[in-house]
Parts: sequence; structure tokens; C-alpha cells
Amino acid sequence: MPTYQLTVNGRGRTVEADADTPLLWVLRDTLGLTGTKFGCGQGVCGACTIHLDGQAVKSCQTSLKEAAGHAVVTVEGLSRDGSHPVQKAWIAEDVAQCGYCQPGMIMSAAALLKHKAHPTDHDIDEAFADHVCRCGTYPRIRKAVKRAAGGVK
Amino acid sequence: MRRRDFLEGVTAGALTFFFTTPVGSAPIVPTRPGAYAEDLNAYLKISADGRVGCFVGKVELGQGAMTVLAMLVAEELELDPAQVDMLMGDTDLCPWDMPTGGSLTMWHTAPVLRGAAAEARAVLLRMASKALGAPVADLALKDGAIWVKAAPARRTTFGELVKGRKMERHLGKIKPKPLSDCTLIGRRVPRKDALAKTTGAAKYAGDLRLPGTLHACILRPPAHGLNLVAADTAAAERMPGVRIVRDGTLLAVLHPQPDTARKALALVKGTFEGTEPDVDDGRIYQYLVDKAAPGQRVMISRGDLAAGEKRAATVVEGEYRNAYESHATLEPHTSVAKWEEGRMTVWASTQSPFVFREAVAEALKLGQDKVHIIAQFVGGGFGGKLVGPGAIEAARIARRVPGVPIQVAWNREEDLFLDGYRPAAVVKIRSGLDAGRGAITFWDSTVAGVSQGEAELPYDMQTNRYQAPAVPNLHPLKVGAWRAPNAHTNAFARESQLDALAAKAGLDPVTLRRRLITDARLLRLLDLAVETFDWEPAPGPTGRGIGLACGAWRQGLVVAIAQVAVDKTTGKVRTERFLEAVDVGLVVNPDGARQQVEGAITMCIGQALSEEIRFKGGRILDKNFDTYLLPRFSAIPRIQVVFADNATSVTQGIGEPPVVPVAAALANAVFDATGARVTHVPFTPERVLEALKRVPAK
Repeated sequence: MPTYQLTVNGRGRTVEADADTPLLWVLRDTLGLTGTKFGCGQGVCGACTIHLDGQAVKSCQTSLKEAAGHAVVTVEGLSRDGSHPVQKAWIAEDVAQCGYCQPGMIMSAAALLKHKAHPTDHDIDEAFADHVCRCGTYPRIRKAVKRAAGGVK
Repeated sequence: MRRRDFLEGVTAGALTFFFTTPVGSAPIVPTRPGAYAEDLNAYLKISADGRVGCFVGKVELGQGAMTVLAMLVAEELELDPAQVDMLMGDTDLCPWDMPTGGSLTMWHTAPVLRGAAAEARAVLLRMASKALGAPVADLALKDGAIWVKAAPARRTTFGELVKGRKMERHLGKIKPKPLSDCTLIGRRVPRKDALAKTTGAAKYAGDLRLPGTLHACILRPPAHGLNLVAADTAAAERMPGVRIVRDGTLLAVLHPQPDTARKALALVKGTFEGTEPDVDDGRIYQYLVDKAAPGQRVMISRGDLAAGEKRAATVVEGEYRNAYESHATLEPHTSVAKWEEGRMTVWASTQSPFVFREAVAEALKLGQDKVHIIAQFVGGGFGGKLVGPGAIEAARIARRVPGVPIQVAWNREEDLFLDGYRPAAVVKIRSGLDAGRGAITFWDSTVAGVSQGEAELPYDMQTNRYQAPAVPNLHPLKVGAWRAPNAHTNAFARESQLDALAAKAGLDPVTLRRRLITDARLLRLLDLAVETFDWEPAPGPTGRGIGLACGAWRQGLVVAIAQVAVDKTTGKVRTERFLEAVDVGLVVNPDGARQQVEGAITMCIGQALSEEIRFKGGRILDKNFDTYLLPRFSAIPRIQVVFADNATSVTQGIGEPPVVPVAAALANAVFDATGARVTHVPFTPERVLEALKRVPAK
């Protein structure tokens, strides 16, 4: 089986797996980073969103081969103690209910705020168009994104 | 336990209070199913460091039970809720409880837990009294310390009192604190699970990563009604590391990597036989009406319908439908099972650990003591995880691979295929209003697909008849409890019908309800909703697109007001504003309750406008979220939530009530906007366009 090098949450990792293995399973099963979730397997729910070179991407639609040589950041990589500005805003607004979709939402929020310090409602709708939350936390996500606005470097 | 006992004193009986083991160690013998444990030790343990462990059979689905139950314990013991560690849904460690559903945690479990905490407080105070040589009346307690009020240096802690000692106390009836002394109840307390759920640390059933876990992918029939009769697994078995397990008609492909297991499964050629149901999503409504007809029973009947109809000046006949709808939890059904030393352990995404225990034991012909269910954080339930076919599958496979943890994680297609849907239903109502437009003279309702549950509200409609079918296996597809079962179907029909009556009689929808409502709580709630929305009702359709509906779930009452914009060329409905006024008695954690209402409104915007399981025979046509349309950010209106302040000490559940009137309020808003009555949930653009065609030209 081929091996691939990638940087995950700032750390160099070597992974031995098929080239077409979805990055989602590499993160969850090979590297044990289970914060990133499976929701649909087709890139239409957003639960598996991570950063690839700073861009929010769906890890279920990104192969290991595509990720190789690039920098991957997962929700665990934002911070493990909740100190990232987006995580802080999420806690302050008590966004999460079941919480399953939230890592993906948080990664999209962090990527959005990095590119646009003060997003409008429309920007938020666009950035989260591929995300779903069954518990209905959207109004609080909107508030949390605005609370974190300007605080993400 | 009667619900009135909550906050008003709990009959605890004679009790034994032991402090023998640290929190979470030696398991308590599970108490018998069907009854709440009477020994407070089943619920509470105080560890040497003074932290309080709270053990309950409920689970955290996102509804906030973990936080609100910790608040109640902390309230009695004068702790910060952060000092209470919740251990939930472990059938070896937690006392028996009913499933987490029906909005019953606050009705059933909260009073029991509060009684246990009140008694623990009394026991601790007596122990401190002895240790400090002062009467209980002279003691104060806070944050795990107890001291003499007049001499604060004379103090002890919960941890010191219980450390390494075994004690017995027999106490009688202990009253929880009166509401006026409560400092936590009614205050915003942040969720206990917030940090874990924002850092990725929260563990769901699929996150366990037990060493040696094999992922099991199960061969599914292409349609309901078909069963596996033969399978060619040769190609799959040639893949390195693949194992095949068969157990009756269950065939699973096992591999350490989930995607490899999926790939191998695709190589298995199954032969299926059986008969698919002969019906589809278009014909289902007539199918239900026809199949239910011979089994229709009169469930409620009052007065003389024929005489009532003679007195009617305005008569409306309506037929209301709703499609099958999936729970579509973001976390699909997931379980990990391990068979070891004659015992089956299942880590499950479940709303019902004790029901799962029974079901797994029955499926494997084991005693219930040989099955251990450990609930994890649940990635959404809504009634869908009250039952656990996936947990049974995992256990059946694990039984054949001793010592190996087996993970069964349905993918989205399986989850949409195997879900027990919200039942499709048809409600027919014929009803009339008197000439004075103040009384419903008759109301004749027949439902097929669900029961008459929650069909009635406290409206003055004394001459009535409700019929519902007593037909087993009415549905061609598997159905289940979907957040406030029956209630949303019946509320949609009732509130649409009332709106139609009001419009036909030239009355505004609020005035009609004011005249009909017989319950002071509901009347106050209606006024609160209308005032908060700042709305001058007028007979519809006014073109403003504002609609109102009332609903109930048990004692919880809701009044919803929706404002929509309808694009008459595309049929698209956009929700612009949505308000709910909610009366669920005493609100323990206001922000948590608000979360539930916001979520229910959002969820049911999807129910009303877009969510429908399409099927042909036994084939489910919606396989993922590209065609099964959940509401997304762009569908969300400005949401307002207001709670009735009714000075009660009785608290009720919040998960379900706010679901009930959402679709009806939106349908009535569509009527107010356009004059078109949408009667089929979901009212997709196609159905709105059809309804618009039926509007008579002026």
C-alpha cells in the first residue's frame, strides 16, 4: 500500500492507505481524530468540513492523494481547550444541541472569518449553504459568527 | 411519583444512605424495569473530593437534559452545576428509566432526582451536625462545604463527611427547597456539554476506537418487502482483511477500515425474494383511507352531529394530508458491540438504553443481565433512536466474532431507508360555525395514518366525533415516533380547518379562537403571542401573509404566528418571521428551553415546506440530502420565542410542544398571503402552485 505525507494540525504525519481513501476516514480511523464527522458521504451536509491549506473543504470528498503534501486542520487543531475565538463564541452563544454537525460548522466559520472579518447574513448563508443542522441551531450560529467577527487571524 | 410532587415535597419512604465506593466504580445492581429506584444512592454518589456524581437512565440527545438535571441536583445541594458530574444512560451503572422521549424527562425523572438530592442534603446536614457538634438549624452549606453560621471556621466538606465511611440514615419525607429559595432555577446556566461539543472531544458511538474494531457493512435489499435468499461473496472475500459474517438473513462484510468494508460490500451479489408493497408516494393517501376504513373506530363522541349541522350557518369540509418524513438525524444510527465472557456490551446512539437492553437480549436469547448498553452522546434523536435495529445488528454480528468490537454505522442511504418515518396521514374534517360566529356547532373528524392523539384543544366544540383506525400494520413502510407524534398531524388539520371556517364566515382567526378557547392559560398565551407579534388581525386573506395556529403536547401549550412571502410564479414560500409563545409551566433553564423552541421551529419549517420521503413500491427514492431537503440557513426567518410567566411550580417538557403548530401556522400564513389553502404537508412549490390554481377569480 502506498504511503503519503501530510501535515495534520501542524504535525507531519505519514499515512499508509489507498490513494482514493477519503481524508475523512484517514483522519478518523488512521489518525484517531474523531471530531470530524460523517454525515452524508456526498458533500451535501458539511459535517466533515476541515481546512485544507486554510480553505474549508469536505473531507468526505477529498482523497488522501489530494490532501498529501498539504496542511490539514481539524476542529481539534483549532484548540483542544476551546480557546479559539470561534469556539469561544460558540460556547458563549450555547450553539450546540446534539453537537454532531458543529465541528463542521465551526471549521466553516473559522475559514469564513479568516477571509472576511465581518460577514453579512448573506455571506453567512453562502458560506454555510452546504451545511445542515437537524437540531436547528442556525440562528445561534449566525450570532456566534458575528460575535467572533474580527477576532480570527 | 405524581408530577405535582415536583418542588412540593417528595415521598421518599424509609431510605438507606451508604457511602462506600468512589463515584463510578462498583456498579449498582440495576433496579427493576418499570419502577424508579427508591434508594437515592442509585442516583447520587459523593466522591472523596466532594464532587457529586449523578446517575440517570436518560441520555443527552442535544435537548439539554445533562444540564437541566445537573441544575436540579445542584439546586438542592447548593453547588455549582459544574460540580455535578452526569453519568447518563449506562444500564449497569444507572437506575432504570423510561426512554428519553415524549418530553418526559422533566415530568418523570426530574421530581425523582430532586427528591433524591433533597434527601442527600438532609443526610449531609445531619452528618455535619454530628461532626461539628451543632444543631442542623445552625448550619449553612454552599459549594460542597458545611459550616456553623455563627462560627464559619467550624466547617467540614461533603468529601470529608463521606470519606472512607459507611453510614446509614433512615429519613422520611423530605421536601425539596421551596421555589422562593431557589437560586439556580430560572437562571441561564451554560450547557455542560458546550466545551466538548465545540472542540471535537464529545464522543458519539462512532468515535470510540476500541482496539481491534471491525467495521461491519450490511447487505441491504433494494426494496422493503424483499429478503436475502442467496449471496455470492467470493469477490469480496478475495480482498485482503475482509471477513464475511452471516446470521440468518443478515450478511455483513467486516474490515478494519470503513471504506474498505463498503467497497467489499459492493462486490457481494445478493439474491432477494419477496413482495414489495404495491403503492407509492402519490397513491399512499387513498391507500391509507381505504385500508383504514373497515377498522375505523369512534374514539371520542359527544352530542348529536346531525342536530349540530342543522344549526350551522357556515360549513367547511377539509381534507389534510402529510407525507412520510424522516428523522434524518445528522448522526446516522451507530452502535459498537462486543461479546466477551458471556456478556454483550453495546455502545449505542440511543434514546432508550433500557429498551435496547431488552431488545438485544431478546434477539440473542440472552438474559437481560447479560446485556450492557452504554449510551454515548447522541447526534440527534427526535424519536428515531427510541428503537435500535442497528444495535441489534451489531450485537448479532459481534456474537459470532467473540472478543472483537463490531461497529455498525449506517450510511445516509441506509439511515433514510431503514428509518421508522413520521407516518403519512389523511385527516378529513367536516365542521360548522353558528350564525353568531361564536360556536362550533359540530366537528366530525376522521383520521387515517395516525391516532386521534392531541386532536382536541380546549376549544368550545361540544358536539364532535373523532374516528381513528384500529388496523394493525396499516402502513406499507416502517413508521415510528417523530417528535410529538400524532399531534402535528392533528394540529395541522384542526388549525387549518378553523382558519378556513373563520375566513368563510368573514371573521379574523384570532377573534374566532378567543370566542372558542375555554382555558384561561391558552387564552392568556394567545394574547401574549398577538401582543408580542404586534399584529392587528383582520379577516383573511389580507395579503399580509400572517397566519396563526395553536397546539398542545400534554399540558404544554403553544401559540405560533408565522409571516411568509409567497412567490406566485414559482410557488416558493419564504418564511420571514416566526413567533412562538410557549407555556410549559416553570422553565428551569430558560436558555435551554429557548434552544428547543428555536430548533423545533427550524425543524418544522422543513416539515412544512420541503421534507418528504418519496417511494415506489418498497424502494425509497430519497437516498441522501441532495433530494431529501432539510431546511438550511437560507430558509431561516427571524425567530422570536416568548414564555408565559404563570407563577407555577410545575414544570413540563419542552422538546415536543413547540413542534406542534408550526406547519399549520405556515399554511394559514400562505392562505393569508394568497387566498390559497395548502392542505398537503409538505407544501412544496408544486403543491402551492396547484393550490393557487384552485383560488376562485375575483
